[in-house]
Amino acid sequence: MRGWFLPLAVAFGFIFLYAPIISLVVFSFNESRLVTVWGGFSTRWYGELLRDRQILGSAWISLQVAFASATLATVVGTLGAFVLTRFSSFTGRLLLTGMITAPLVMPEVITGLSLLLLFVSMELTLGWPAGRGLTTIIIAHTTFCSAFVAVIAQSRLRSMDESLEEAARDLGAGPVRVFFDVTLPVIAPALVAGWLLAFTLSLDDLVIASFVSGPGASTLPMVIFSKVRLGVSPDINALATIIIGFVLVAVLIAGWLMRRALRKGG
Amino acid sequence: MSQPAIAADTKPWRREGVQPFISVRGVTKRFDDFTAVSDVDLDIYRSELFCLLGESGCGKSTLLRMLAGFEQPTSGSITIDGEDMARVPPDRRPTNMMFQSYALFPHMTVEKNVAYGLLREGLKKSAAYERAAEMLRMVKLEKLARRKPDQLSGGQRQRVALARALVKRPKLLLLDEPLGALDKKLREETQFELIKIQETLGVTFIVVTHDQDEAMTLATRIGVMKDGKIEQIGEPREIYETPNSRFVADFIGSVNLFEGKVDAVAPDMMRIETFELGAVLLPPQSGLTRGQQVWGAVRPERFALSRSKPENTPNTWQGVVEEMGYIGHMSQYRIRLSNGVLIRASQSNRLRDEDPISWDEKVWISVQPSAFRVLTR
Repeated sequence: MRGWFLPLAVAFGFIFLYAPIISLVVFSFNESRLVTVWGGFSTRWYGELLRDRQILGSAWISLQVAFASATLATVVGTLGAFVLTRFSSFTGRLLLTGMITAPLVMPEVITGLSLLLLFVSMELTLGWPAGRGLTTIIIAHTTFCSAFVAVIAQSRLRSMDESLEEAARDLGAGPVRVFFDVTLPVIAPALVAGWLLAFTLSLDDLVIASFVSGPGASTLPMVIFSKVRLGVSPDINALATIIIGFVLVAVLIAGWLMRRALRKGG
Repeated sequence: MSQPAIAADTKPWRREGVQPFISVRGVTKRFDDFTAVSDVDLDIYRSELFCLLGESGCGKSTLLRMLAGFEQPTSGSITIDGEDMARVPPDRRPTNMMFQSYALFPHMTVEKNVAYGLLREGLKKSAAYERAAEMLRMVKLEKLARRKPDQLSGGQRQRVALARALVKRPKLLLLDEPLGALDKKLREETQFELIKIQETLGVTFIVVTHDQDEAMTLATRIGVMKDGKIEQIGEPREIYETPNSRFVADFIGSVNLFEGKVDAVAPDMMRIETFELGAVLLPPQSGLTRGQQVWGAVRPERFALSRSKPENTPNTWQGVVEEMGYIGHMSQYRIRLSNGVLIRASQSNRLRDEDPISWDEKVWISVQPSAFRVLTR
């Protein structure tokens, strides 16, 4: 029974997960303009993509947003995780423990809508941020990405041997020095993994970005979505293939770093 | 480097009026509702190698961490070299610690690990690395200076940790189970190396351990801890020969305990009536009154075994060898007396060609009156 069942189950699982993606990749090399009809191999749509100013522009915005929000989220998430793992009692600790992961389970529509309302009322009362655009998307992405970074950093800080920090203290380093000399280098691989995860999450996000972006600041997923509504064109397949490549590489590196960090322990 | 001071020769704790180097006064540490250390008083003298000995959870590590400054006492005071440590953070204390896990920084090379403390002191880079190299020579690791900790064996890591803790020339070195992670052979070698280093540098050492052999070998004095309290403080020989409680007698080495009552007290002899052995004669011990409940403690090696009845010994019994374990340098016996009591005895195997007493043999066991230690608790 085991002889055929297990391989079959595995094959079925893989098909279920990856068949749509593989068909998309295959059709991105289709010569034909019709998405569902195979017209021979060609890289024509990749060339077409490179001439599309709108797509290139939005890709640039997406990269800027992803880079900035991943970096900010790594800083914020690491600080949150550090406070939660290294300080046993302070006012609001319980609340922070519960709320730091809330963005992970919050429906994106709600996150997006609430952020939009916040930005609008802030503009009315404080005059900042003036209008919505790049800045508001970066802020919005930072909030939900830092939750992911915090989870990763927290698990790494918990598994880290705390006597390393005590040893540095004992050898004459103040608390801040200890953080930069010992804690940060030891958890660095996990933070890089967290950064990469935040980067891909920001790159992928459509819903939150749609709520908080303004004119002239459309991210790549937003542009793709609006194009697809007018009918799927083959150049979108090509674009999607490139994005899949990007995300795949980032996830692989992140996974490798995480495994290495866990194996090294320390 | 200062003149080698052989700590064992000086024994300052035996003299009156010597100022202790470290003084722990009424220190208690509570974690929520758990009391880890309870009202401990402890004096430790300069250049001592003091061992805190106890089972896990007895509070010995917590006491060590309070000396290092990682924990604050709930009440009581700690003074090191005349300075009150109450508000001094760990990075400002004249102590260094060697951690049980060694806690070597995994991202730094061996020499960087050792130089780290000196750089924090504000030493110039070149001077710091020079002194780190000197220290690594002392622990015979100069060839591995450029390695990372994960490229070292357990014994090498242990020596890096020691070098890193010693390089700042602390007034007090705290060692948490320093040899715990080493295998038996290496542990024995390292014990003597540790004593040699301690004597050469004259630094005061406080070692926490659960291993009684280690404590006996290393220590100038031992503090035996139980449930957050210090049961007894003394030189290794005192602790072994004159334990002050059944716990200490049983914890250090192995012991036969016989429960009984003081039966008669004479100026030159005392008799106790025990459940297990009946009447036992022993030298008088002060502070005991007739009828008082006591325990007689005898170490296994103090029993003499013989096939024929020994002459002129007051405390003699007959029994059968139930178990025998040959260890090489000695043999351990369990002897069942006719009344069912089991006695632990051991004999050193001094002669190569002797015919050893073996299983199921009928033997006489006897013990000198002076081998008994009478305990009241």
